[in-house]
Amino acid sequence: MKRTTIALAAFALGTGMAFADTVAPGNVAFDGYEVAESLTGTPGDPEKGREIMTNKSEGNCISCHAAEAYADVPFHGEVGPMLDGAGDRWSEAELRGLVVNAKMAFEGTVMPAFYKTEGFNRLGDGFTGKAHPEDKPVEPLLNAQQVEDVVAYLKTLTE
Amino acid sequence: MKMKLLHGIAAAALALGAGTAMADEDAELVINGDLEIVTKTDAPAHLEGAVGEIMSGWRFRDSTTQVMQMDDFDNPGMIFVDDARDMWATAEGSEGKSCMDCHGEPEDMAGVKPVYPKWNEAAGEVRTLQMQMNDCRENRMGAETWKYDAGDAVAMEALLASVSRGMPVNVATDGPGQSTWEQGKELYYTRTGQLDLSCASCHELNYGNMIRADHLSQGQVNGFPTYRLKNTKLNGIHSRFKGCVRDTRAETFSAGSPEFVALEMYVASRGNGLSVEGPSVRN
Ligand code: HEC
Ligand code: HEC
Ligand code: HEC
Repeated sequence: MKRTTIALAAFALGTGMAFADTVAPGNVAFDGYEVAESLTGTPGDPEKGREIMTNKSEGNCISCHAAEAYADVPFHGEVGPMLDGAGDRWSEAELRGLVVNAKMAFEGTVMPAFYKTEGFNRLGDGFTGKAHPEDKPVEPLLNAQQVEDVVAYLKTLTE
Repeated sequence: MKMKLLHGIAAAALALGAGTAMADEDAELVINGDLEIVTKTDAPAHLEGAVGEIMSGWRFRDSTTQVMQMDDFDNPGMIFVDDARDMWATAEGSEGKSCMDCHGEPEDMAGVKPVYPKWNEAAGEVRTLQMQMNDCRENRMGAETWKYDAGDAVAMEALLASVSRGMPVNVATDGPGQSTWEQGKELYYTRTGQLDLSCASCHELNYGNMIRADHLSQGQVNGFPTYRLKNTKLNGIHSRFKGCVRDTRAETFSAGSPEFVALEMYVASRGNGLSVEGPSVRN
């Protein structure tokens, strides 16, 4: 109920409003490996989620995961499992938890944590190879709404 | 905490639309019709439990790239080797000496490359081939040192590799260099950067898999220096390490740094038993 209210308010007042309710990377509430609460209160857009997952400069999930669902985009990796059916195998809360930090579900996995800003070894400044400046805030790999968009797309991957 | 095991699914994953000409798994590397190169063999004892079979990066490249390395006339890396032959015989520095004055023909250096990086007793440190060459330049020739992994240094390393082609890599993992080797091993398994990946994440756990358009190899260094089609030049080992660390969104180490010297020693020893192959051709 609460979520709907926020979403409606955000809709009425523009996206800036939803920002105030964004859960920061350090404050995401895990229950085991699940994250039940939306990070933004704004429902994810599956179309945008697909774009993020298959775009090299954004989520780049495609570099490790293949799927029939985005077979039109070339060069699928095979480091992780195929994602077709992920929407059947996992609940929304589980999927959100997997995208935020997959290490909560799979200890030692090679899948990066997409919504995390702390606890890195030799953190670089993007792909420059240089150290991340101390006074520059660390951006997560995906922002909160992008995580929601990706989760929304993963939910559509049913068989 | 619920744990779902998906490794089975991962193994069954299909590469869709990759479209790349995949390596012929059974191809063997013979250079110039007679020089047989070991590109696949049993892993050295220190890798027990981690990797059973070691494979050169050559086996993971597509057939067009593979073929370029089978004939020295098709291998662009050999042009740099020819340049280095000229440098070898050219006197430089305050002593007016060339490499040749002290070492004879480049062929007389056969067997040097396979054991590098190695412990140098007098200096009390592990040295890469480039460090040793620079020591000769600075202290025996009175010449300027070469910039690490830059043109001249990599070309000379390629010459010294080429005269050892076909000989088995045999880097010591014990003795006085052992602590450096251990440091390299530690670096190999340490995750870095925002993507939080170690060398092992890609080259030990996932070799043979596609990562986007790249066919992941074991990240061996027996083929170095490598001529890469991507940048059309010879590439040194540390430059390759730099690229791989950078790709984890991490702060890299620099070419010639103690960390990369140690990492090179450890990675080279993971290839003990493979043939020296440099200069090789990669994409
Ligand atoms: C570096 C490779 C890598 C990247 C990049 C990556 N993953 Fe994964 N992912 C994996 C691996 C490996 C697993 C399997 C878990 C394990 O065994 O470690 C996995 C598991 C999953 C699963 C559960 C598997 C299923 O279908 O049942 C989902 C969902 C998932 N990833 C989504 C994503 C999304 C979404 C992205 C991009 C935002 C992404 N992954 C990026 C490697 C990766
Ligand atoms: C004045 C004589 C001299 C010249 C000139 C010279 N070197 Fe040396 N080089 C030596 C000696 C002596 C050693 C053995 C040093 C040691 O073990 O510490 C050596 C060792 C080496 C080694 C290591 C051999 C091994 O078995 O480990 C390499 C490689 C090498 N030199 C390359 C070169 C190159 C390349 C040049 C030219 C740029 C060069 N050297 C010029 C005297 C020379
Ligand atoms: C995100 C995955 C990834 C990580 C992590 C990674 N590499 Fe690589 N590496 C690659 C890819 C992709 C290539 C090019 C294809 C190949 O040969 O595997 C490559 C190539 C190499 C090569 C060239 C092999 C050849 O035969 O030409 C070496 C050597 C290498 N890596 C070493 C390392 C080392 C050492 C580390 C750890 C510091 C490391 N890599 C970390 C992905 C990775």
